[in-house]
Amino acid sequence: MVGLVEQLQTLQVVAAGVFAQVEHGALGTHGGHEAALNAGVNAAALGAVTGELPKWTLLIPFLPLLGCVLCGVCAILKVRNKLPAVITVACIAGAFAATVGAYMHTMHDGHAQTAVVKAWDWIRFVWGTEYKSPREFIANFSFYVDSLTCLWMLFVTGLATLIALYASEYMAGDVKTAGYARFYVAFCLFVFSMACLVMGDNLLLLYLGWEGVGLCSYLLIGYFYKKPSAVAAAKKAFIMNRIGDLGLSMGLMLTYVHFGTVEYAKLFPLIQTYLDLAQHGKIDEIPFIVQAIPVLFTIGAFGKSAQIPLYVWLPDAMEGPTPVSALIHAATMVTAGVYLVARFFPLYLCSEWALPIVAWGGALTALLAATIGMAQFDIKRIMAYSTVSQLGFMFAGIGVLGAVGGAAHVFTHAFFKAMLFLSCGAVMHGFAGQLDLRKLSGVAKIKGWKIVSLAMFVGCINLAGVPFITAGFWSKDMIIGDAFADHGMVAIGWILLGTAGLTAYYTFRVFFRVFMGPVQYEAGDEVHGDADHANHANHANHGHSDAHGAQEHGSAAHAAFHPHAPGLAINAVLLILAVAAFAVIPLVHDFSGGGGHSFWASSMVHGSTAGVEPPHAEHYKPFGMDAHRFAMIGSIIVGLVGIVVAFFLHYVGRTSSATSKADSIKLGAIQTAAQHKWYVDEAYHAIFVLPLRVLAHVFHAFDKMVVDGLVNLFGMVPRGLGHTARRTQTGVLHDYALRMAGGLAVVVLAIWFLHSGGWSGWGGPGLVEVGSVGGVRP
Amino acid sequence: MNVLLDGLTLAQGGFPEPMASATLYHYLMTSGMLFVIGLIGFVTRRNLIIMFLCTELMFQAAGIALIAFSRFHLNHTGESFVVFVLTIAAAEAALALALVVLLFRRKESLDAAEWAEMRG
Repeated sequence: MVGLVEQLQTLQVVAAGVFAQVEHGALGTHGGHEAALNAGVNAAALGAVTGELPKWTLLIPFLPLLGCVLCGVCAILKVRNKLPAVITVACIAGAFAATVGAYMHTMHDGHAQTAVVKAWDWIRFVWGTEYKSPREFIANFSFYVDSLTCLWMLFVTGLATLIALYASEYMAGDVKTAGYARFYVAFCLFVFSMACLVMGDNLLLLYLGWEGVGLCSYLLIGYFYKKPSAVAAAKKAFIMNRIGDLGLSMGLMLTYVHFGTVEYAKLFPLIQTYLDLAQHGKIDEIPFIVQAIPVLFTIGAFGKSAQIPLYVWLPDAMEGPTPVSALIHAATMVTAGVYLVARFFPLYLCSEWALPIVAWGGALTALLAATIGMAQFDIKRIMAYSTVSQLGFMFAGIGVLGAVGGAAHVFTHAFFKAMLFLSCGAVMHGFAGQLDLRKLSGVAKIKGWKIVSLAMFVGCINLAGVPFITAGFWSKDMIIGDAFADHGMVAIGWILLGTAGLTAYYTFRVFFRVFMGPVQYEAGDEVHGDADHANHANHANHGHSDAHGAQEHGSAAHAAFHPHAPGLAINAVLLILAVAAFAVIPLVHDFSGGGGHSFWASSMVHGSTAGVEPPHAEHYKPFGMDAHRFAMIGSIIVGLVGIVVAFFLHYVGRTSSATSKADSIKLGAIQTAAQHKWYVDEAYHAIFVLPLRVLAHVFHAFDKMVVDGLVNLFGMVPRGLGHTARRTQTGVLHDYALRMAGGLAVVVLAIWFLHSGGWSGWGGPGLVEVGSVGGVRP
Repeated sequence: MNVLLDGLTLAQGGFPEPMASATLYHYLMTSGMLFVIGLIGFVTRRNLIIMFLCTELMFQAAGIALIAFSRFHLNHTGESFVVFVLTIAAAEAALALALVVLLFRRKESLDAAEWAEMRG
């Protein structure tokens, strides 16, 4: 291996001179692109670099990395105050400011430009000669910033700043432990990894970020590492993601094998040629390998974004602290899969199967997760299933050729879902870990909970898609409309429309049960911390008896429990998010009339590689109406029906927290199955885990008996010999002396025997010749 | 047998008159017998001091053999070797006896069989 690397490096040196010319020509590095830009040619090529950004763009990924290092130093120095939170908020806010700056530059003079900012050479191999198959493998640590990158990074860094602020209060119970700094180390590392994922200018850096966010997700789900369920959830998330990552890595390798580069700026122009074929209806002429790459990417995307069949890790990921659930498992990381599909949208268009897989996978996941969400009682889990469901919407949106709708929904969803999670987190924080909607009621009427309730309400109307006044309505509507407009995908439109109704129902089920109705609550008795935290509950003042102090409330102070309302940081963050959720409405819908696509999110998508025009297809007109108009009417109806049903079942006439009219609806097996998440976990356990476990036992037995047996046999031979030989070691001096004498006698006799000429000469003295040879001196 | 005797019937450089008939053969026989006596003594006796004396006997047997050969070959190497050996043997005897005394103090016995701690 080392030898190979050395050889490559030597070749690189040798070939450097030869390549100087090639690099600026055919292979087209940045220099080449700059030249092209200066000459005013090639500016319109797909994904090509068309502008440049100042170096401070590098602050976007590297400020969070700095924060990570500083928080790590805090952990080492055993800082036991809120310093890590301050560092994190400052660093990520800095990254957000840099993102806004980069966005301003990118969207300079109206249309989006694309720039690559290079940090340093990362991987660079060049081999072959100019005449005989010149090859290179270049993956720089550089960042590809176009409008899609900006769209993603704006909400990633923005929300990360707010959620870090929220977490400073939410995690306050852990300030006196090592956990606080550890939390923020992983938090910062996550933002850095996410920046690498979204901004990387090549697939390898994307992959680094992809694994990085997976790692941080693992670390943060397993934050309460003394709690077995949290550890199991972390492991599950990690393993599920590895299955997806295998797909992504295979796609990455195939990309290099076929296209010879992993850098976007070189890759997309190459994809363009296939895209032209696809757009002219010659998709049959595209090689199989090119069509397979997006399918493999989809596996990765479905793992990271929790779609069928790899979605089961996300609901379990709720074992992590709520800010983590809000940031990583609702707003940002889980949209990485959507980003991947959007980024490689041109490549997806080159494949016959990839987009239908994306669309159907997304739609079915949306429906399945929504049905599970309807039957759950844990409010955080309901939100988790709604995240899975909404991610399904996004994939379905892109799958039905509506990259704009998908990306817009990512954007709006990030705000309202983060807000929903943070509101649930505030409830959990205030009610000592209580998450069961049967044990909470009328929270909105308790003093000090107005802002949380307001934020929850805003989140709910967005998720439920209350018409016209919510961003969630417009972005979801766009997806459903695109589905109806796509001739072959009308069935997906109907599925999504139905799911929208279910979404409205389960969203308001939570709201009406937890926040409305009679004031009645029960403290959680579930300890959401490890033993360290339980110790800290002892000196917990009531103002900060959070979820981790739950044990105290659960046992000693159960009767006297009164919830503590959230403090300034939580309320401020929720208020900002509530305002933001409305503020983004004009960004995702064109109010100039005509249902056009001239709004911000659309321009952000169209300015990037996701903005390619899909092959023209006949627009379907359901019931003779424009698809989008039909979708809007449909989603208004199902949304309102869902809310009204929830209103009558869970609000009207409800007298206690534990019961509602919905209890009288008996659906028998369906209800039970939905509560048990359709037994998917059990099925996976039976189909994959159990056979593997049996196989493991078989291999273990083989290892024990055959392999170990063989090894032990080799050990037993010398042991037996030793056992025999040790008897000679009596420790008695005479025995040794006797044996020495015996040995001497044997040697003497042997020599005598040999010199007397063997058996034939036996009898004569053997030393005769020896003596005579000794010679007589004259 | 005669060949052997003829070959060895030489006291090169001459022996003193009374021992004129003593040959290398006789010296080697003496040495060998002395060695065997020492060996038998070492193996059969259990008293540490006696065993030590027996080792001295074997030592001297080797010394005699060396001197005899040295004389026979008219070469002083053997003799000078024996001088050194004797010196070292004296030092070693002092050490060995001291050890014997220590061993005796530990067990109040000179029986070599008492010391069998290296049993495997």
